[in-house]
Amino acid sequence: MSDIVSQGKILVQSSLSLLPDRMSTFAHYTDDLFLFILVLCVIFFVAIVGTMTWFIIKYRRRSDNESTPVIKGNHTLEIIWSVIPGLLFVVIFAWGFVGWAQLNVVPPDALNIRVTGAKWNWSFTYPDGITSGELVVPANKPVKLTMSSKDVIHSFYIPDFRIKRDVIPGRYTVIWFETFGPAEHYVLCTEYCGTSHSQMMAKVRVVPQQEYDEWIASGGGMGDNVPLAELGSLLFQQRGCVACHSLDGSKLVGPTLKGAFGREVELTDGTKVEADENYIRSSILNPGSQIVSGYPAVMPSFQGQLSDKQIDALIEYIKSLAQ
Amino acid sequence: MKFSKQLLSSSGAATAGSEPSYLTAKRGIGSWLVTVDHKRIGIMYLIAILTFFLVGGLLALALRMELITPAKDFVGADVYNQLFTLHGAIMVFLVIIPSIPASLGNFLIPLMLGVKDVAFPKLNLLSFYIYVLGASLFLYTLTAGGLDTGWTFYTPYSTTTTTSVISATFGAFILGFSSILTGVNFIVTMHKMRAPGMTWTRMPLFLWAAYATSVIQVLATPVLAITLLLLIIERVLGIGIFDPAIGGDPVLYQHFFWFYSHPAVYIMILPGFGVISEIITANSRKHIFGYKAVALSSVAIAVIGFLVWGHHMFVSGQSQFINVFFSFLTYAVAVPTAIKVFSWIATMYKGSISLTAPMWYALSFLFLFTIGGLTGLFLGAMSVDVHLHDTYFVVAHFHYVMMGGTIVAFIGGIHHWWPKMTGKMYNETIAKVACLLIFIGFNVTFFTQFLLGSQGMPRRYYTYIPQFQQLHFISTIGSQILGLGLFVTLFCLIQSLMSGKKAPKNPWGALSMEWETESPPIEHNFHGQPICKHGPYDYGVESKKG
Repeated sequence: MSDIVSQGKILVQSSLSLLPDRMSTFAHYTDDLFLFILVLCVIFFVAIVGTMTWFIIKYRRRSDNESTPVIKGNHTLEIIWSVIPGLLFVVIFAWGFVGWAQLNVVPPDALNIRVTGAKWNWSFTYPDGITSGELVVPANKPVKLTMSSKDVIHSFYIPDFRIKRDVIPGRYTVIWFETFGPAEHYVLCTEYCGTSHSQMMAKVRVVPQQEYDEWIASGGGMGDNVPLAELGSLLFQQRGCVACHSLDGSKLVGPTLKGAFGREVELTDGTKVEADENYIRSSILNPGSQIVSGYPAVMPSFQGQLSDKQIDALIEYIKSLAQ
Repeated sequence: MKFSKQLLSSSGAATAGSEPSYLTAKRGIGSWLVTVDHKRIGIMYLIAILTFFLVGGLLALALRMELITPAKDFVGADVYNQLFTLHGAIMVFLVIIPSIPASLGNFLIPLMLGVKDVAFPKLNLLSFYIYVLGASLFLYTLTAGGLDTGWTFYTPYSTTTTTSVISATFGAFILGFSSILTGVNFIVTMHKMRAPGMTWTRMPLFLWAAYATSVIQVLATPVLAITLLLLIIERVLGIGIFDPAIGGDPVLYQHFFWFYSHPAVYIMILPGFGVISEIITANSRKHIFGYKAVALSSVAIAVIGFLVWGHHMFVSGQSQFINVFFSFLTYAVAVPTAIKVFSWIATMYKGSISLTAPMWYALSFLFLFTIGGLTGLFLGAMSVDVHLHDTYFVVAHFHYVMMGGTIVAFIGGIHHWWPKMTGKMYNETIAKVACLLIFIGFNVTFFTQFLLGSQGMPRRYYTYIPQFQQLHFISTIGSQILGLGLFVTLFCLIQSLMSGKKAPKNPWGALSMEWETESPPIEHNFHGQPICKHGPYDYGVESKKG
């Protein structure tokens, strides 16, 4: 019982807090201004609606032939209520500009991570060539993200850091942050991009510098001593395969991989092929060439983004799903 | 009786009692389909717009039902994406943009000016049929694979999706011409056709709002037409304009799109401002406070509104430098909007306030639009917008403006001029119950969305993290109360048509010229040429000291 109560308390608290956790060095610029505007809004709202309510009560029509005075305006009053909001607006504008400048001036010593958005996953490439589906960053160090998209426009959003920037095909956009740790956050996509837009998430793992260095040294947790099928399972989650291919037999955007290996599949042109190692390999590297009948040709190519070993690992993993 | 009666009967000609009204002057469905009477065209627009409002509203109720839990409740992700796209596209292009100008505007502009019709009656009928054609293309889209791009048609998503983008954009392209022709017609009418004595400063503020709206329609809509045409060309001919895969620039599309669609926000809200000015003055029996400020602020909004489109694109990767200007100008456009709200409140000071159903809507408008306007302050600030952009905060903000503002003003306007349009009164109690339900339902639905957005819930999401469940649930319940309120309104108006009491000429004691003719008006509006002898807000008694 008390469990339910405390759970309910947490739910209520999380619904009432106005902003997410504040976890980047410049987030307070956003939050302070947010609260300043909020206070102004409450004051103005109470003044406007309060006056309105007062007038309605005080000047409510009591008989049909009441006389009313002719008041066509009052220049002093009109100037006051134009100038005061005008000045407050300038303050908000300037304050917003200061925060904005913080967001856009990247410290020169920032760690540069390459972000790629694609329907419907994020991938992160680190300076030494490791690619991962989760964003692992050292705490207390500025991180610069250079981002582009493989297909349509996405938008990279970490609510806890108060950062957001569109991720566009054919050009780079840049954003940066510095955070504290250890902690975990999530990345969301905020530019509508189709079927699994709402599932285009990635985990942000903030770790101490030493742990980050070890993680990089271990090849992003995908070192030599990890068994192939296990590595495949990791890649399957991290590269977002899971957004379109189910493991339980249900039909998502793409065919399920439950028991897929070795099965005979019918392609859109009517031919039938067996889903063997070569079929899976070509489906990863050149997905448009052999589409299973009944599914849209939407999968992006992973040519150049997976090593041979990683492709082997994925095949091994898919094999393990056959049983 | 100090409330001067002779002001109400300034139409110069004698009353010829037995002339049939515009509703009965000609009979049969055919006489409606080929009519060039601005009143009948206004009514046909009203019926069409309300029908699409029903469709768009049902889509909204369906998508809110799906969001009641994060799991799949009724429909899959693809159907959900179609639901929010069609809800948005229908509400924007088929309902809100034409709502007040095409229906109430068509009906009222010549009546308020004291003339027989608009300047180009046949063009007026043509713009109605262009609207029907554009709307048909939207309906065709529904049956031809639907649409899943969002109402904004952002590239390169819209150039690569398999849904029926071409028919929908072509529909919006055609609807644009309806908008342009209506705008031209109104501008010429207001410049060239006025009753003797109807000077610019004697024009009701509804006309000033309609004038500013028409100017934006004529200047901005062609940009949308060109943009949508380029989109169609890219899809059909594969010429790279917006899609980077074939050499285009997707951000260019956003510039083009918002160069129209931001001014379009003012196309949507300015007529609502006009309606509110009329309802508040008539029900307070007061001269509008600051006539020139209210009238010219519409014009100022129309002009500055053209220069703020980039505030939709703060995080798009456009020039950091240009964002600063867009943010500043956004606050500049907020000033005339604030002036209007203050002036409406000041108008009620020392008034004789009658709480009629239209006044209930006007007061709801002031409450809701104030929230809508104030929450815009968060979004104009560059750093705060980064956090809130494309979240439910934005969804809540524009619903407070578009629905809490325009639609509430529209429904209030329908109630205000209903006796004039139909010659029938409605049941005030039912109308007020409906207004209250709409007000409560609206706030429950959308205020929760401010909280969702500030906590980081992105918009256009089929599913969401469990943390947001509670607020989504409340929002969905609110949408059902809101829907109920709108159905009660529908019932109230239908009941009025069936068995409403006969309306007098001027049930509210208002002073603008449309109230001087019969309810409903005769085919040629007035018996003879009326003469405008006073301003539309000359209520009350001048005090001795002047």
